[in-house]
Amino acid sequence: MIWIAVIVVVLTLGAALAVLLLENLLAAVAAASAVSLGVAIMFVVLQAPDVAMTEAAVGAGLSGLILALSLRRLGLTGLNITLNRGDTDA
Amino acid sequence: MRSLVTLLFLGGLGFLLTVIAGILPFGDPPMLVGNTIQQTAADELGAANFVTAVVLGYRGLDTLGELSILFAAATAGGLILGASRARPGHAAGFILQTGADLLFPLLLIVGLFIVMHGHVTPGGGFQGGVILAAAFFLPLLARPEETLDHTWLTVIEGLSGTAFIVIGLVALSENKAFLTPLFDKGTLGEIVSGGSLPLLYLAVGLKVGSELASLLARLASDDEAAS
Repeated sequence: MIWIAVIVVVLTLGAALAVLLLENLLAAVAAASAVSLGVAIMFVVLQAPDVAMTEAAVGAGLSGLILALSLRRLGLTGLNITLNRGDTDA
Repeated sequence: MRSLVTLLFLGGLGFLLTVIAGILPFGDPPMLVGNTIQQTAADELGAANFVTAVVLGYRGLDTLGELSILFAAATAGGLILGASRARPGHAAGFILQTGADLLFPLLLIVGLFIVMHGHVTPGGGFQGGVILAAAFFLPLLARPEETLDHTWLTVIEGLSGTAFIVIGLVALSENKAFLTPLFDKGTLGEIVSGGSLPLLYLAVGLKVGSELASLLARLASDDEAAS
């Protein structure tokens, strides 16, 4: 059981990093949904199925859907943001 | 550079919180309320799922507040987004259309199951309502030219919200507190048990589902900015 938890935590942290580092906004939204999915699995491991169900339905499903639809409505779907990785603070 | 400083700051904050959490004794003082609920909830309310017993039985008023917050948020969203219009033009691909047709009945059944079994198994009105909203949004995604009938959604939403309050008021008329569970408790673990808790959760599920479906349909409707 501990190894499932370790793997899920690593994957969740990886997805959370991907949200910050991905340049495509739609991909970042998908990664945010993946974070919620990992957290939902952690809730199942911690024996809280009610919270896990809410997290999976609202966090992974609905919020990702709302964010993606907002992106489309604002016309930002295909947009890539450029991250400033240098020392120049904008 | 700035993000590095932020990361360092967050790391330091996390270290600080971990140290503080390490000093504090774990699980002390013991949670007496949880133990009491686990011992008495099954006899008092007849709900096998104790989370439902707390959410609808002991803390029904909080759930009503939660519903009103959701209602206010959905109303504000509808005000900003405006009426949903049918989107002309490009139809969805074959995979999305077939997938939506296949998934719609499955999602409908899963959502209704979770709503109806809220007092027996994990889940309940809020989770099932979200799944119901997703089920009704999926065909909209596959066929952009169609739209949901907002009149019916508003009627369902209003009726289920009224039903929740009316069930609470019936308890008030029998000289009990507002939202006290009514009816016979039945056998623990069966679907017809828990008195009025399944009815309350059905109202919650329909309200949440219709609100969110209407919000998603409005959000998905096309306007000038989308291309």
